[in-house]
Parts: sequence; structure tokens; C-alpha cells
Amino acid sequence: MEWFQNGWGLSLTTFLPMVGVVAMLFIPSSQDRLIKLIGTLFAGLTLLAGIGLLFGFHYGSAGTLQLGSNLDWIPQIGSRYHIGVDGISLPLLELSVLVCFLCMIYLWWHVPAPGKTKALLSLVLLLETGMNGSFVALDLILFFVFWELVLVPMYFMIGIWGGPRRQYAAVKFFLYTLFGSIFMLLGFLAIYFKSGATTFDMVALRASAAQGALGSSLFQNLTFLGLFLGFAIKVPMWPFHTWLPDAHTEAPTVGSVLLAAILLKMGTYGFIRIAIPLLPQAAHDYAPVIGILAVIAIIYGALCCYAQSDLKRLIAFSSVGHMGFVMLGISTLTPQGINGAIFGMVAHGLITGMLFFLVGSIHERYHTREIADLGGVLQQIPRFGSLLTYTAIASLGLPGLAGFWGEMLALLGAYRPAIGLSPTLFRILMVGAGVGTVLTAGYFLWMLQRVNLGRIPEKFADGSHIFDVQRLEWLAWTPLLLLIIGAGLYPKLILNVTNDAVQALVLHVGAALHAGSTLALH
Amino acid sequence: MNGLQLAAAVTTKRGFVIDFMWLVPLLPFLAFFTILFFGKKLRSRGHSIGILAVGAGLVISLIGFAELASGNAQIERSWTWFRISTVHLEFGMNYDFLTALMFVVVTTVSLLVQVYSTGYMHDDSRYTWFYAALSLFTASMLFLVIANNLLQMLVGWEGVGVCSYFLIGHYWEEKENSSAAIKAFITTRVGDVGFMFGIFALFIAGHTFNIIRLNHEAQNGQLKGSLLTVAALLLFCGAAGKSAQFPLHVWLPDAMAGPTPVSALIHAATMVVAGVYLVARMFLVFTHAGAALNVVAIIASITMLGAALLALVQDDIKRVLAYSTISQLAYMMAALGVGAYTAGIFHLFTHAFFKALLFLGAGSLIHSVHSNNMSDMGGLRKYMPHTFRTFIIGSLALGGIFPLAGFFSKDEILGEALRSASAGTASTAWIVFIAGTVTAFLTALYMTRACIKTFWGEYRGEGHPHESPGSMITPLWILAILTMTVGLLGFPVIGPFKDWINVPGQESPGFSALYNVILPVGSVALAGLAVWLGYMLFYKKRWQVDILAGPFAWTYRLLVNKYYMDDLYNKGIVKPVQYTLAKAAYWSNQNILDGAVNGVAAGALGTANFTYDELDQKVVDYAVNGAAGLTGATGGLLRYIQGGNVQRYAAVLFAGIAIFIGLFALTSIVHI
Amino acid sequence: MPVSYFLVLSSLLFSIGIYGVLARENAVLVLLSIELMLNAVNINFVAFAALFKQPGIAGQVFALFVIAVAAAEVGVGLAIVILIFRNRQDVDLDEMSLMKW
Repeated sequence: MEWFQNGWGLSLTTFLPMVGVVAMLFIPSSQDRLIKLIGTLFAGLTLLAGIGLLFGFHYGSAGTLQLGSNLDWIPQIGSRYHIGVDGISLPLLELSVLVCFLCMIYLWWHVPAPGKTKALLSLVLLLETGMNGSFVALDLILFFVFWELVLVPMYFMIGIWGGPRRQYAAVKFFLYTLFGSIFMLLGFLAIYFKSGATTFDMVALRASAAQGALGSSLFQNLTFLGLFLGFAIKVPMWPFHTWLPDAHTEAPTVGSVLLAAILLKMGTYGFIRIAIPLLPQAAHDYAPVIGILAVIAIIYGALCCYAQSDLKRLIAFSSVGHMGFVMLGISTLTPQGINGAIFGMVAHGLITGMLFFLVGSIHERYHTREIADLGGVLQQIPRFGSLLTYTAIASLGLPGLAGFWGEMLALLGAYRPAIGLSPTLFRILMVGAGVGTVLTAGYFLWMLQRVNLGRIPEKFADGSHIFDVQRLEWLAWTPLLLLIIGAGLYPKLILNVTNDAVQALVLHVGAALHAGSTLALH
Repeated sequence: MNGLQLAAAVTTKRGFVIDFMWLVPLLPFLAFFTILFFGKKLRSRGHSIGILAVGAGLVISLIGFAELASGNAQIERSWTWFRISTVHLEFGMNYDFLTALMFVVVTTVSLLVQVYSTGYMHDDSRYTWFYAALSLFTASMLFLVIANNLLQMLVGWEGVGVCSYFLIGHYWEEKENSSAAIKAFITTRVGDVGFMFGIFALFIAGHTFNIIRLNHEAQNGQLKGSLLTVAALLLFCGAAGKSAQFPLHVWLPDAMAGPTPVSALIHAATMVVAGVYLVARMFLVFTHAGAALNVVAIIASITMLGAALLALVQDDIKRVLAYSTISQLAYMMAALGVGAYTAGIFHLFTHAFFKALLFLGAGSLIHSVHSNNMSDMGGLRKYMPHTFRTFIIGSLALGGIFPLAGFFSKDEILGEALRSASAGTASTAWIVFIAGTVTAFLTALYMTRACIKTFWGEYRGEGHPHESPGSMITPLWILAILTMTVGLLGFPVIGPFKDWINVPGQESPGFSALYNVILPVGSVALAGLAVWLGYMLFYKKRWQVDILAGPFAWTYRLLVNKYYMDDLYNKGIVKPVQYTLAKAAYWSNQNILDGAVNGVAAGALGTANFTYDELDQKVVDYAVNGAAGLTGATGGLLRYIQGGNVQRYAAVLFAGIAIFIGLFALTSIVHI
Repeated sequence: MPVSYFLVLSSLLFSIGIYGVLARENAVLVLLSIELMLNAVNINFVAFAALFKQPGIAGQVFALFVIAVAAAEVGVGLAIVILIFRNRQDVDLDEMSLMKW
């Protein structure tokens, strides 16, 4: 299996879905079952390749980039096809291949109006290539290409299969993200030219950043601002989050699931993979700002959830809060905080992905997502209601389920942030985030009370068309449900992989800060 | 699981079962999944599995206790849960007398409650789920108790919290029940956040989550100063939330919305004592934390008095017991607050039995009368003799009448408080002693009131009350017998309890050998006085007082409205956050933040329209169209050349040739 | 015989041909006139071939080629004329303005 570990495995994981898209082109769109079969086959093969990576990965050195390849791509500007994974990207890559596969299974059960199975499945596969590529790319230009590749399928997914305001939401999503990524690209170019215009390679750039060679703190701060805009909009951080509720509310179920579970993680991943290691000085300077915005997002997101009447929009706003915890963890620049952030990303992917599946299925059954119209779900379809309870409780951060560890570690990181960051400020932030956890618990339980509990409303009392969890739904959901409790009871599952890489990152930042300060002295 | 780490356990003698105490929480945990997935298919609808698991747990717990008592040393084991950077979280067990005692209490009460529930919950539509949740609760509680580190404890802590949420809201068809469940979860969660921050503070300062090490560090001064005080107070936040201490007590009375067996198990005997257990577990941290223990004592004193007064005016029998529980939990807290460690734990131990008994008795009454209100009861001693007798035993124990369990434990607490007060070792001891004495009086009074209203007089309810089935009566009698006997374990001077439970690292026996005989006599006399007063007030109806109009009307209103604390929280915090603040946040989101985004979009669109309509269409495009028009006009002129007549084309062609030949000829002539 | 005789004959023939092509209205006559022009060329070829006496018979062969091409051309031309006649019952070139814009 040498070839698999020499970059082929990773390239396969990235491009197999794209091959699937090509294969799909040769099938007439009337062949519904065949199309679904091909889609599932390729998503499944990608998942298998992803699982293969888990076996090929060398966990003892999770801090170094592995399984990659490094080939000529655009030699004129020094951009290379450089890919690889380490402990930071592996969990996210695995999450991506899993969730895409589950979405394919879910699409067997239900393709949203207006049908067009072939197009929708092709877009999902295309999206998968973009997402996987973003997590494995180690070249700034390559990363940017994958990053932008993601926009297109998601745009069409929202714009064609979305709800009543789909046009608005799709355009907003596309333009807002594009707006940010332009600044990100500018940042990339600034780094490129500052480093001598020879390479876009993240590893090489990180090495020169470690020697404090990547510019003065003014240069770093300006460049970081560019990257920050790009990533913060994707996360999304307060106050750049307003595209998210619209996109989520309008997107079809699989679109929402992929958006919440994976797309948002690209932003936070960008911070950890690019912004912090390449611009450590600026990351350090910006950390308080990021922390403050993160805590605002936590409290603000929770408050907005109380005001929602649409179930899906509520879940969307809860994402804002949860990503706030992730960003709080990152802003502490401590191993605890960043490990917690990565754990939080995976947990949020599992839990919120699951929540969006559930909301989508509620809509299929009741044809409404208005909280005020629903009620007594647990009584009418008990299995479904139990899943909703389980997932909501996981989402509010109950220990023993996945949601807890990310939040806990982020808060622990905030209790004592990295050297040089104000402990007082971060402790205030920690308390704010703590208040946020209470608010989060409050709105989720209130939501459960209104949707799940109580009596069945009159208009659904007949209930002959309201069915409990279907077999395909079980198939698509069981892995998520198991992973939620698995990661909750055995957090080592993820932390064992991430820790070495995060340690290396934190050490790198420390060394770079030190090098920068000694350079400044000379 | 890599790196199995065996913590050094210094043992002189090794029992067999004591190594396997982790089975006790594991069994109900497995039972939870079994009941959840297969319960409905079983003939027993799941209860057999739950009862079996917790029964086995009880047997193991008793053997484990016996092995400890016969000289096995405390045992601590741990595995690595995860390790990141400097954070090393263990997954471990710490089995000492305190754990062992809690194990016995939890498994006993849980077993009896589960047996009782086969009768009480028989017709419930969610019977299987009920048993699954009870099993999960038991597992979480035991997990909390066995934890060797604070974070693991927090996991169990929240686990019992969520089970409590499920079970309070068991009858969730009614909105008020699910609201009570939410209230319980959120209120305790407020405390839990403080608890978590306390854990962080201790971890960062002490570099460990391990309970034994943290206590040790506090004792030998590695942890000290204001940090330790703050940490201890934060831990107490969690304890106050779980154990319903002022000002976080408001959830417990509402929690009575759950089925009565749940109230007995969770909201009287086990979960609510978790806070007391936490303070006891971290006792050295508290004792070395400056003013923290005084805060505990004062909060507890306020709580015990306030709750006992509230218990006097309730009509719902479960609420009487709920306030009584708050009051008694405060008793335990107060004991810890004045340093009376052993006495506090002893009260926890005895209280678990008699309060479970009282709740199950109340459940039996409710089962028969179909109402929680004492105004619908009365005269039941004739219809329900077993319930009557056991309930009276429980009431007497709670009232502190010799020789029942409550007498010994309450007496120890008051004695310790008095001793501390007169010795001046704890500055708050006088407060605790006075509050405790008054509370003891009030306790006897409200229990007298409750008993008279339910068992004496004429039956005021509807239907025909009947004695409950054997599955319910048997647990009542078992608990009654335990209530009568367990107090003897802490019999002054000779009871073995003081040798079991003691402040960690302290050799002297838990109860002082200097036993003051006057105090117990006095307290029994006080209780007797309260009973007599209650008898006169509520049975003989002497001194008829119009409580609604008299000079104490405001007191009555204050009590009926629970000191307006619910209103304060609801109108001051919950509603503003839930509605006003949330709406404001969302408004700002839609109008300010999203408005900015949409504004940018609208601005861009406006600029675009201007550019298109004015600039592009009228200037740029004008030039383009002009160029096109010019071309067209030229073409229009030139088209006349093309007549379509081939011969005319040919004529032109030949004419051209002729001209060229002519020119050629001319030039060649010139050249020549 | 001097070559100029042949050239004069050929230019006369060619001029008659040009006249026919330009002036005649009947398409068949136009085709015939083209034949005249081609034959004038043939005379030139043969005359010059005889004059320069180059080794080989390139001039004569060219004349044969031209005859063959002319035959083919007339064949195609007459076919077109017949088709036009079938469609329009007329082969008057003045009336034919199909190529007009």
C-alpha cells in the first residue's frame, strides 16, 4: 500500500468525487436510480479512501504533515501541488467524507423539489472535492482554488433547491463569501511577495515565519486583517454572520447539513492552518479582538435564538454561538484552547449536521418549520422525538456527549491564555461564555418544550401521513448518533490525533514571537 | 486503552470485591441501554433489568463497604481519559468510606424506588422509558460519587442533572411540568458554570483535577490565598445549585412536578445531596479557603430557616416535603460550614432514608387520592394503615424524636455547632446553632401539620381511598425499619459511624467524645413542644387566627409568594432575556448588522444602476452604437455596386484588366 | 509563318468571346462565348509551343488539358442552365439577380 501513502490516497480522497461528477455526465438524467447509485458509489469510495487514510496515518508523529505529495503545478509563480494532512486536518477531512456520504444516503430517501437528481448529486460531489481539497492543500494558491470551488455548488444548491427566498440567500452567500476571499487572496499575495516571491508553500512560509522573517508587525497586522476578513466571514464570526441564517433557512436539507457540518469549518481551519502560523505576531495582537468577537457571538447568537419562530433559523443561529466557542478557543492560543477548538469543530459538525437533518425531516413530515405550529412530536413519533431530544441535549453541551469537551477546553484555555495575553480580559470572556452556555441550554430546552413536548396540535391530530424514522434515515443518521456519544465518552478519539499538531503549532507561535522580538531589538 | 495506570494503593489487606467497585455504576449504565433498546419487548417492560442491575449494585456496595470496614484501605485507580499538553484528565475511581456510604445509600434507595414504581407507575404510558431514565440516573449518580477527579465528577453531575430534567418533565403533556423541568435544569446549570470555573481555578493553580491531590495541596499550603477562596466559593455555586441552597433553591419545589418515586429518589435522597457531597469531598479545600466555609454556613442558615417557614404554608404535600428537603440539605451544609464533617455526612445518610420514606408515603397517598393537595385528604389513617404508620415513623424521624434516625444526626449537628460556638473555633457557629434550633422546632411543627391534615379529621377528597399494593407497601416498611435503625450507627460515643466517616487525613474520631446530655433532651423537648403546638393549632383549632387579615397577613403573603423570588427571577431575568433582550438582539441583527449588509448590496445596486443607465447606456454605448451606425451607412452606399448581374461584374473585371494592361504597356514603353 | 498571325487570330477570337460573355443575355450563348475565349488561349499555347521548340510537348498537352476542362465546365454550366430553366422557364441573365444582397 505504499502508493496509497505516497500522496495517492490523499489525491484520491480529494478527486474521486470529481471523477464521480464526470461519470455522472454520461448517464441520462432519466435514470434516477442509477444516478443515485453512482453518487453513493463515489461518495462511498471516497469514504473508503478516507478510512484508508486513517490506517495509513502515522499517529506517533501526528504533528508532521503526512501522506502528501508535492508536485510542480504552476512553476512560473512557484505554486505547487502540495498536499498533506496532519493531526489538525485529518479529523476535519474524515468528517467531510463521512458527512458527504451520509448526505448521499439521505438523498435516496428524499430529493427536494424541483428534483433534478443528477444535478444535485453532481453538485454534492463537486462540493466534496472542494471541501476535501481545502483541508489537504498546503499551497496557498491551491487552497484558494479549492476554497472558491466550494462556492459554486453551494450557490446552485441554495439557488435551485432552496426555499422561497432562495435567490436572495444564494446571492448573499456567494457575494459575501467572495467579498471576504478577495481580501484573503490579497493577504496571500502580500505574504508571497514579502517572503521573496518564490513560493506559496505553507510549510516553507511557516518556516520563514518561525524566524520572524515575515515582515514587521505593521505588515503582519495589515495582512492578517485581510486573512481575517476571508476566514471570519466563512466561520462566520459576529458581526459577519448575517449570511448564515439566510443561507441555512433557504438551503435544502443536505445543503444545510454540508454548510453547517463542513463549510463553516473551513473558516476556523483557515485560522489554524494559515493565519496563525504564517502571521504569529499579528495573531497574537488580534487574539483579544477575536476573543471579544467570539464571546459576543456566543451571547448574541443565543439571544437571537430565543427570538426565532422558524426552527431551522434557530439552529442556524445556534451555529453562530457554537462557532463562537471554537473561535474563543483559537483566540487563547493555548494547546487547550486550540485542541478544544478542533474538537468543537468536529462536534459541531456531527451535532448540528444531525440537527439540520432532523429539521429537514420535520419539514418533510409536517410541511412547516414554524415552532408555534409544531408540538407533541415526541408523542406522535416517539423515536424521532427522542433523536431530537438527544441531539439538542448534545448541542447544549452536556458532558458525556460530544458538545461538552470543545466548550470546556475552550473555557479552560480562556482561564489562562497564552503568555502575553491579558488573563483578566480572557477571564471576563470566560465568564461571558459561561453565561452563554446557560443561555444555550435555555433556548434548546425551550425549543424542545415547544416542538417536542406538549400535546399534538389539532391539525396534525390525524397523523396518518406523519411517520416515524424511516430505514434510510436510520442509515444516514446512525453514524452521527454513535459518533456523538462516542466522542463524548472517549474524547481521546479526536484529541489524541490533534494534540501533537496543536502542540507544534503553539510552540511555533511562541518561537516566532520570540524571534520577532529579538529581531526587533537588533 | 493505552497506558493502564495503576495508582499506588497502599493496602494492608486486600479484599476481592473492592477492586470491582466500578461495576456498580457500570451495571445501571448498561441497564439503561438494554432497557432503552429492548425494554419494550420484555414482559416486564424493562423494570426487571433495572431492578436487577441496581440490586446487584447494592450487593456489591454492601460487600465493598464491609471490606472497607474490615480494614481494607481506601483504593484509588485511574486510567488516562485524555491528555493534551499539560491537561491530563483521568478516568478513575476513588473508593473510600464516603464513596462506600454514598453507594449504599444510592443503590438502596434506587432499588426500593424501582420496586415501588412497579406499582406506582404501573399504568404509565412511558413505563419503559421511566425505568431507562432511572437506570441512567443511578449510573450517573454513582459515577459522580466514584469519580477520583473533579472533571469526571462534573460529567456525572451534569448527567444526573439531565436525568432529573427528563424525569421532572415525565408528564410533559402539561406545559407546567416541562417548564418545571427546564427551570430545574437551567437553575442548576447556573451553579454548574460556577462549579466548572472553580475546577479550572483549582486545576490551573494545582495542576491536577485529582480530588485527593487537590485536598492535599490545600492542606499543605500549595494552594492558598484569595485564589483558594474564590475557587471554593465557585465550587459552592455548583453545590448550591444542586443542593437547592439559597438563592438557587427555587427549582426544587417545582421539581415536584415529576412522578413521586422520582421525587423520592432524585429530589430527596440522592441527587440533591450531591452538593453536600461535593463540599464534603473538597472539605480540606473549603477549610483552608478563608471565609468560604463561613459563607457556606451563613447561606445554609438562611436556607434552612427560609425553607422551613415556607413548608408551613404549603397545601401540596409534596411541596411540604420539598421545602423540608431544602431545609434539611441546608442542615447538612451548615454542619459542614461549622466543620462538623462527620455530623453533616451522618445527617445526609439518615435523611436519605427517612425522606425517601416520606416521599414514597406521600406517593402512596397521592396514588390513592389522585391529588397532591392535603385539602383533598384527611382521615386517611383509617383507609391506609400501612402508609399511615410508616409515614408517622418518617415524620417523627424528621422531627427529631428519639430514637429515630433524624434524632441522632440532627443532635450531632447542633452539638457540634454549639461546641464550635462556645469554643470560638468557627465564627458563624452561633448563627448555625440558633438557626438550627429554630429550624428543628419549625420542622416538627410543619410535619405535625402535614400529618394532621392528611391522616386525621374527615376525608375531604373524592372517590374511595384504598391502601396501595404490596409492591409499594414493602419498600415503605423496609425504609421505615431502616429509619428506625440506621440512627443507631451514630449512637453517641459507641456508634461505629464516627470511625468510618471522618475528615480526610484526620485521625481523631468524627464525633466528639465529650457528649452533652442536656442538648438532646432539650431538643426532644423542643420538638415535643412543636408537636403540641401543632396539635393545638391544626387539630384542636384553638387560637383561630385569621391569617389573611391579622397583623401577620404580610408575613403570610410573603410566604405564600415564596418571598417573591420566583417573580424576581421570572420578571427580572428570565422574561427580559427570553423576550425583550432576545428581540432586541434579533432586531439589531436584522436591521443593523444585516441592514448594513443589505445596505452595501443596495448601494452597490444603486451605483450599478446609475452606471448602467447614465454612464453606460448614454455615454459609452452611444459611442459604440455610433461606430456601428457609421459602418451601416457606409455599407448602404457601397451596396449599389453589387447589382447581382454577373455580366456587369465581368465587364468591370475585364475593364480592370484592360486598364492594367494599358498601364503596363505605358510603363514598359516609358522604360524602353 | 510568323507567330503574330496566330496571335492576331487568337486575340480576335478572344475579343469575340469577351463580347459574347458581356453582351449576350442568353446563358447558353454566354457559355459558348467562354468556349471561344478558351480556344483563343489554346491557339496561343500551341503557337508558342511551336515557336520556342522546347524539348517536350508541354504546350500541346496544356491545350489538351484546357479542352478537357472546357468540356467539363460546359457540362456543369449547361446542367445549371437547364436547372435554372426548369425553375424559371427562362435563361435570361438580366433577369437573374440571385446573388444580389
